[in-house]
Amino acid sequence: MTVPFLLEIGTEEIPDWMIPGALESLHMLFEKTELPHESVRLDATPRRLVLRADGLPERQADSEERILGPAKSAPPQAVAGFARKQGVRPEDLCLESTPKGEYYSFVKKIAGKRTIDILADSLPEMILQIYFPKTMSWTGKTGARFIRPIRWIVALLGCDTVPFELAGLRSGTLSSGHRRLGSPEVAVTIDDYDQRLRDHYVIISAEQRRQKISREMAGIRVKTDPALLETLVYITEFPTAITGSFDSQFLDLPEEVLITVMRHHQKYFSVEDAAGRLAPQFVAVMNIDSDREGFVRRGNERVLRARFNDARFFWETDQKRRLEDRKDDLARVVFQAKVGNYYDKTLRIEERVQSMGGDAHASRAAGLCKCDLTTELVMEFPELQGVVGGLYARAQGEPEGVWQAIYDHYKPDSMEDAIPRTRAGMLVALADKLDTLNACFSVGLAPTGSRDPLALRRAAQGVVRILVEGKIGVFLHQHVGGEALISFLKDRVRFYFKDVRGFPYDEVNAVMAAGWSNLVEMEARLERIHALRHTPDFEPLAASFKRIRNILEQAKFTAMEPVEETLLEQDQERELFAEYKRIQGQPIENVISRLRPKVDLFFDKVLVNAPDLRIRQNRLTLLDTLLREFSTIADFSEIVTTS
Amino acid sequence: MQSFQEIILKLKQYWAERGCIIQEPYDVEVGAGTMCPETFLRVLGPKPYRVAYVQPSRRPADGRYGDNPNRLYKHSQLQVILKPSPDDVIEQYLGSLEAIGIDLREHDLKFEEDNWESPTLGAWGIGWQVMLDGLEVTQFTYFQQCGGIDLELVPAELTYGLERLTAFLQVRDSVYDIEWTKAFSYRDVRYLDELQYSVYNFEMADIPTLWKLFELHEGEAARLLRAYNPEAPEKLRFPLLPAYDHVLHCSHLFNTLDARGAISVTERVGIIQRIRKIAVGVAQNWVDQQKEVPLAEVAR
Repeated sequence: MTVPFLLEIGTEEIPDWMIPGALESLHMLFEKTELPHESVRLDATPRRLVLRADGLPERQADSEERILGPAKSAPPQAVAGFARKQGVRPEDLCLESTPKGEYYSFVKKIAGKRTIDILADSLPEMILQIYFPKTMSWTGKTGARFIRPIRWIVALLGCDTVPFELAGLRSGTLSSGHRRLGSPEVAVTIDDYDQRLRDHYVIISAEQRRQKISREMAGIRVKTDPALLETLVYITEFPTAITGSFDSQFLDLPEEVLITVMRHHQKYFSVEDAAGRLAPQFVAVMNIDSDREGFVRRGNERVLRARFNDARFFWETDQKRRLEDRKDDLARVVFQAKVGNYYDKTLRIEERVQSMGGDAHASRAAGLCKCDLTTELVMEFPELQGVVGGLYARAQGEPEGVWQAIYDHYKPDSMEDAIPRTRAGMLVALADKLDTLNACFSVGLAPTGSRDPLALRRAAQGVVRILVEGKIGVFLHQHVGGEALISFLKDRVRFYFKDVRGFPYDEVNAVMAAGWSNLVEMEARLERIHALRHTPDFEPLAASFKRIRNILEQAKFTAMEPVEETLLEQDQERELFAEYKRIQGQPIENVISRLRPKVDLFFDKVLVNAPDLRIRQNRLTLLDTLLREFSTIADFSEIVTTS
Repeated sequence: MQSFQEIILKLKQYWAERGCIIQEPYDVEVGAGTMCPETFLRVLGPKPYRVAYVQPSRRPADGRYGDNPNRLYKHSQLQVILKPSPDDVIEQYLGSLEAIGIDLREHDLKFEEDNWESPTLGAWGIGWQVMLDGLEVTQFTYFQQCGGIDLELVPAELTYGLERLTAFLQVRDSVYDIEWTKAFSYRDVRYLDELQYSVYNFEMADIPTLWKLFELHEGEAARLLRAYNPEAPEKLRFPLLPAYDHVLHCSHLFNTLDARGAISVTERVGIIQRIRKIAVGVAQNWVDQQKEVPLAEVAR
């Protein structure tokens, strides 16, 4: 007989973005109990985390434990003592042969525990172990900690309540409905759980809530926004989409600003017209079943109007001072407490843009790029930094090359985001990010483990992407200092080529070993190696190169003089040397097929470790020369060969 | 239509019925109701407490010369402290919205994560901003720490933005248009406050004078804190409450100097630390001093 299990942890509103992680954590903790079960289903709304499992045994299997007693030769009192301790008579003991001789033993039968008891014991701790990024106490400072107060717990195994106590609550069969549409106490069983909650306006499945929202938006040209949809799915128990509109006079504000207000501040979807332009409409998702009186729509419209009015007010106020006149104020804006202010940062960005060969547009943009930090609009909408600067620069008559560079200079802000569209934008973005990296690393603010509050990984990844995808051939090593930062960037370069671009790791390692300061050039080498990889001569040659490297290392070889032709004794080494001279300076693609047989023959017939020291040194020199010729493209010994 | 003051009266009535002391605003300038001793000091220690009061909250940098329809130098907060937080605290809060005539079946209500932290007070809490039809109407916080001290009883703090709430209920686009009473608008009562304080805070406040005042208040608070003796026989006499007033003055002067653009980056962190030091000093001594008051003397 197996039974189903249901656990519902009823809480006050959990932050939406933490919910999927919490479910994952709950699942892992449940698996750790090692209770046998068939399937697990996890669900959540902001007010409940739910785990359901099928096919749990009512009782764990019985088991036996063999307890070894005294040796057969032991005095009878000892044997009797052992039997007494086990609660049996001495004649009930068995004799068991062990490598050390015969011993008395007793087989103890252990009845399997009831699953309900195991659950009752383990659930309180399991619940409190669910991982959240931040927790609180609510029953007092030594009380339980959770993401938000736990207000009820439903724990059922089949028809029985799994009894336990947690944070002053007793587990039971009472769930709770939607805060305003349902009843505060809803008795549930495992069978009717979904339906009972649905009757009280809680859609327990995130997927169903997602579908409900999507269905209700069908027919409206909503700008797709999966992240916003996820937020809304996990911030509601009974989502309903409604459409509102705003005065089209606001459309003369920049679209970026309007969308930010709607998305980030109001959690609205924005709507497009047939031509893909922003329409004066929005979709809001309520946590209620309907808006009969239109209160919710009108309320949201009014809030949006106020927000847009604010934005317009900021937009107009900010225009009264030109960006360039704001530069001195940057001395009052903290970049990083330990590192200094944005004025100094601006000067460093300007200098670096210059040193990377920036043109007049790039220089101008570098000087202005941080000035929007003192504008009201950016103080209100920090996520629009850069974008706002670019928009103001455009409004103030800066040339396209300048305003676009300012607009783009925080890009790329994720792996999916585009890099700046112009070379000037790329240089300003690079200079800014490199400055952040150098400054933070110099005062010990390097990321540790998964903690990266200053988003330095993203900055470094941005540097790599801009250099490679923007074909900016500057030498990275000239722009970064300190071993920690260099090795940090090296990891990002490796990650980029391996995980983002999909090159095999050994090719990436081989090419990086031959230098990675100029990423444009490195990418070209990597592509060449990658193309060669599939040619028949490549791997054997790589294997030979590896052999050469080992030989040179074992011999502790140091180059002294060039190859002395007169000391080349055997045909194969003379031929190899002749081949080397013919192919010297040519790209490896053109010579690989000719070189490989010569190398093979050399290793076949020539003993490098010749007894004569001079001959040996000369042969090592030949190999070293050959290795050097091709090691500027890659270190072939890093290639993992199958042979 | 309910006037501004009717809404306030109803909310006070509601919380009075739920055992709250109804306090009047604290008479020292503060940036938020949280800073009043009724919150900052009362949340400390093991004694239960319930209080509600309207606190004019001054934020020099938020002044807009009376031009901006939604942003004020001085706005009014209704501050409610329930210590310890009752299990049905959210239901009680929702009841307060019903009490001012909001039918929650007809409106959209969401609790959005919003944790609160005040570095100058050494205080933080966990909670939400409560969104009513897309408008933030209340900040809801479970205090965890105050004056650098972990709280023994976790209080719930509800902070209602009264102007916003009223604008919502009276359907007004500008706070200046809300009716304080039938006869007087918010503009009639508060416009000059907004204008004159904006002029002062942004243009005319004398920076050296403010710095001098800051140092005087800081010095006086620090002097008192140095004089506090936990071993003294009659320590309940010791003026920690006056010391705390000086902390509040410092905090407001800091905000004014900041709005005036007089605080450089390097100074900023240091000044916050200085205020925090005296705030934490008062809190610690307060906890010690309160040990003199038997628990039983505090009425439930």
